[in-house]
Amino acid sequence: MGNKQTIFTDEQLDAYQVRLVCVFYSRLHGRYHELAPHLVPMDYTNEPDCKLPLALIVNMPELKENPFRNRIVESFSEDGMGNLSFNEFVDMFSVLSEMAPRELKAIYAFKIYDFNVDNYLCKEDLEKTLNKLTKEELTPEEVQLVCEKAIEEADLDGDNKLSFADFENMITRAPDFLR
Amino acid sequence: MPRKNDAAKMDEVGIEIDGEVSDSDDGVAQRRNNRRQAAGRGGAKGRGRGKKPASDEEEEDDEEEDEAPRGRRGANKKKPAKKRGDDDSEDEAPKRKRGGAANKKKGGKAQDSDEEDSDAPKGQKGRGGKGGKKGGKEEEETKGKKGDAKGKDKGKDKDDDKDKKKKKKKDDSSSDSSSNSDEEEESMSEGEMARLMEEVEEKKKLIANIRNKPWRMKRRLTHLKEAQAFVDKFEGALGKGKGRKWYAYKVMMTKKWIKFQRDFENFRTACIPWERKIKEVESHFGSSVASYFIFLRWMYGMNLVLFGFTFGLVVIPEVLMGLPYGSIPRKTVPREEQDTAQDYSVLMDFNGYCKYSVLFYGFYNNERTIGLLKFRLPLSYLMVGIGTFGYSLMLVIRTMAKNADVGGGDGEEGEFTFAWKMFTSWDYLIGNAETADNKYASITTSFKESIVDEQENQKDENIHLRRFLRVLANFLITCSLGGSGYLIYFVVKRSQEFATRDDLSWYEKNELEIIMSLLGLVCPPLFETIAELEDYHPRIGLKWQLGRIFALFLGNLYTFLFALFDEVNTKLEEEQAIKNASIYAMKEYYANYSRLVNDSEATPPPMNPADVIRGPCWETAVGIEFVKLTVSDIQVSYLTILIGDFARAVIVRFLNYCWCWDLEAGFPSYGEFDISGNVLGLVFNQGMIWMGAFYAPGLVGINVLRLLSSMYYQCWAVMATNVPHERVFKASKSNNFYMGLLLLVLFLSLLPVVYTIMTLPPSFDCGPFSGKSKMFDVVMETIDLDLPAFMGTLFSYAANPGLIIPAVLQIPFILLIFYIHFINSDDVFLTIQARDEEKNRRNNTDSTNQVMKDLEDLLPNRSLAPPPEPEPEPKPTKTKPGAAGKGVNLQKDVALASPNPNARGPVSRAPGPRGPGPGPGPGPGPGPGPGPGPGPGRGRGRGPPPR
Repeated sequence: MGNKQTIFTDEQLDAYQVRLVCVFYSRLHGRYHELAPHLVPMDYTNEPDCKLPLALIVNMPELKENPFRNRIVESFSEDGMGNLSFNEFVDMFSVLSEMAPRELKAIYAFKIYDFNVDNYLCKEDLEKTLNKLTKEELTPEEVQLVCEKAIEEADLDGDNKLSFADFENMITRAPDFLR
Repeated sequence: MPRKNDAAKMDEVGIEIDGEVSDSDDGVAQRRNNRRQAAGRGGAKGRGRGKKPASDEEEEDDEEEDEAPRGRRGANKKKPAKKRGDDDSEDEAPKRKRGGAANKKKGGKAQDSDEEDSDAPKGQKGRGGKGGKKGGKEEEETKGKKGDAKGKDKGKDKDDDKDKKKKKKKDDSSSDSSSNSDEEEESMSEGEMARLMEEVEEKKKLIANIRNKPWRMKRRLTHLKEAQAFVDKFEGALGKGKGRKWYAYKVMMTKKWIKFQRDFENFRTACIPWERKIKEVESHFGSSVASYFIFLRWMYGMNLVLFGFTFGLVVIPEVLMGLPYGSIPRKTVPREEQDTAQDYSVLMDFNGYCKYSVLFYGFYNNERTIGLLKFRLPLSYLMVGIGTFGYSLMLVIRTMAKNADVGGGDGEEGEFTFAWKMFTSWDYLIGNAETADNKYASITTSFKESIVDEQENQKDENIHLRRFLRVLANFLITCSLGGSGYLIYFVVKRSQEFATRDDLSWYEKNELEIIMSLLGLVCPPLFETIAELEDYHPRIGLKWQLGRIFALFLGNLYTFLFALFDEVNTKLEEEQAIKNASIYAMKEYYANYSRLVNDSEATPPPMNPADVIRGPCWETAVGIEFVKLTVSDIQVSYLTILIGDFARAVIVRFLNYCWCWDLEAGFPSYGEFDISGNVLGLVFNQGMIWMGAFYAPGLVGINVLRLLSSMYYQCWAVMATNVPHERVFKASKSNNFYMGLLLLVLFLSLLPVVYTIMTLPPSFDCGPFSGKSKMFDVVMETIDLDLPAFMGTLFSYAANPGLIIPAVLQIPFILLIFYIHFINSDDVFLTIQARDEEKNRRNNTDSTNQVMKDLEDLLPNRSLAPPPEPEPEPKPTKTKPGAAGKGVNLQKDVALASPNPNARGPVSRAPGPRGPGPGPGPGPGPGPGPGPGPGPGRGRGRGPPPR
């Protein structure tokens, strides 16, 4: 939306898209490494199997202020607990990059907002989302109203929860979806 | 990572991609298919060749040649290709197919056999295959080989990449490319190159597409890397050949250009002034207040350009190259005024030295050219005066058109308001704690805005009472408008009376300005109070309010203008008298002079320029009026902020400690930011500038200063002293309402200026047009003197009033055409149409929905079904989000490929039926094609290899 602040992830991800694979990898790996120098080996040629816990990743400057940081990391981790291997780490950055296609972003956005991982955005997911977005400054009635309206607007099949298709249909038309 | 599971189950990449293909729509399927085919073809052929004697080689060359164009022709050609493959190697094809596609191990085996044949003892499977091809290539020295190697390379990489390390692969590919490129340089036919290019293109597409796939990251990354390596390699290879440098160059430049564009874009966004300030305001006060500041910023930009024109082409040349102060009468303060010319009060009224300065029309000399550069100042003055309007018109219309493009806000609102807000409002780029706080604040605000909107909609009302109140409110407002109009009329009359007297108090002198400022101060709050009766939604209320204040200001402005015209007319008469008198005096002087000195040579009278009799110079008088009005407007608005907002805030804040009731929550409270008043103030101020700029070039400079200072001042004031609106609401995203007002004001201010330029005679002794009978005569003069003669006659015909008046009347139509042109150039028409259709559909469904909802539970489904027609199809398959992803991709692409919904039918079927789909097409193809392969996907993937 508004604040077009460029932070260095963009630059990194640009590099990624420009196919400077090695450079990008080493840089991103540098980032990954510095999160937990004792855990992550510098030498990645034989793909060591190591994962970083959620708490470390969430503290990256890119994510620190994000209300959904935990969900983001969790939805990118294979085990759903927020432990990221390097590849998952890279994946997270590439999806969050401005270069990533909207379809892909929609998929991951859906996963991020799906707090209870049931593949539907139901009311409680929305409530959680809303409370995170507004730092719980809305009254419960307002939250209720907003959630109901949101579901009513986007729910096309009338099952009172948003499936991915509903979500996608809605979000791809949004003017400022992840821009 | 839904796809992950599927992917994990399938060992084989080829299968997986085909699976993907069958799920996706035609376009993607064909593209990808094509690529697969190319790979399969190459691989199979290579293998076939390995077994065959070298004598087949030439045939293969031919084939190669044939294939290239075929490949180039693109997606639809897969069927013929398949057919061919069957014809060529009836018995081998199935085996190859199975070997290549059925599973990895088989593929590996087949390749092992190849290796044996080609005497290339390479150990590992993946690279072994490649190496084998290379060996074969060396033996046979065919160009076909290279393609094979490539295809093989690709196919094999696909199969085996998981086993390999990325780096090694890279090494491989680079070594391959080097060895390949040697051969390429010698013998790369055109068709081959085309194929190569096509493959590169396909790989590029794969790179683009691969990011769309919600695969497990590992898989995605390996694919991506591999495709990138491929593209790198062969783009490089393409670049190495003779005459192909331009290609590499082009590719490189495209990349650089994209990068540059992005950087430039970043730079440009970084250069937008006050962005942070405005965002800060927005986050605290909502978009409606921010829209005022954005408008202010836009105005500042426009005025800066006008300022550039005026000062660059008129004021600076006159200052630098024109005659200095005191050289001629018009540049000198008259004798009788000289004593008081430096008094503060006189200067504040823009008399004295101010009046005879470069700020005003009268100072400019009518010399045709000035300075060494022969700068035609009078012409330039006229052109700048007209150009100001022209530029403003273009800019306003352009901005309106652009807003119409961007601002889907108005049209689409209400569709997914809440959902969008909920899911898209967070800005993922925020990394700054403070900004994040602001963002939280602004998101909360925006949610509240929407809630207010919603409650507004749901409100259930007493229509009759509402109507009565609205009629009453409008009646009251009409009354007050009429009253203010009469008041101004009265004051103007009085001021004309005063004009004849000398002993005026300060109040009497400035009565008109004071009354007008007071009206502007008192009426808007009055209207607002009356508007409470109407109880409109705040956004609609704002527009009404704006409209009413607009009417008020307009009335004031035009009353003022008429008064001014009266004044001008009296001045004109006066001037006529003075002119005659001065001509008479001059004649007399000359007569006396020649009689006394007996010299017919006319030398100017030895008179101090301060003593010369001069006319009233009505242009300067008009300019002074406008400047005074502008300045008093600035003063009033700044004082209002200082007293009405700041002092109030201070009092409320500090007296609250020792007061009997709660000042902050109770009566005075803090001020709210008055959007409508401020916007209109800005618009009318601009109107004043447009009108006055011709008579007072300095006005533009004053206005620039005003806008600049008010940006900071108001930003500060709003942040420091105001509270957010009680009923926060969202301004429409496009500022087109403001722009519309501005356009109207522009037209209204254009009229009097054009009228004066066209009809009134300029003063005889001041200003750049003195001595001409009409101002635009300066154009005629230039045409006559500086352009060829025939142009002069041409223009004299064209300048006929009979032609000019129709031309002026057509201006609105021309503008309309411009508007449409701008809109068209952005393809807005289409989007608007689409939007409208969508909205209509939506509305229909909504209405049906509401009516029917209570009756049946089923109906909402049915009534909602039509618009999202594609939806139901993906849904059943969407047990996993991944599948859903695919479904939706498909949907989108289909929409792009063909609007026909039927096309979707076969595509969205499960992979099974889809495979045979293409099979039956080719006729002879179907049998061997999908038949032998265990699955259609595989059949298609590796099936069609010709040999």
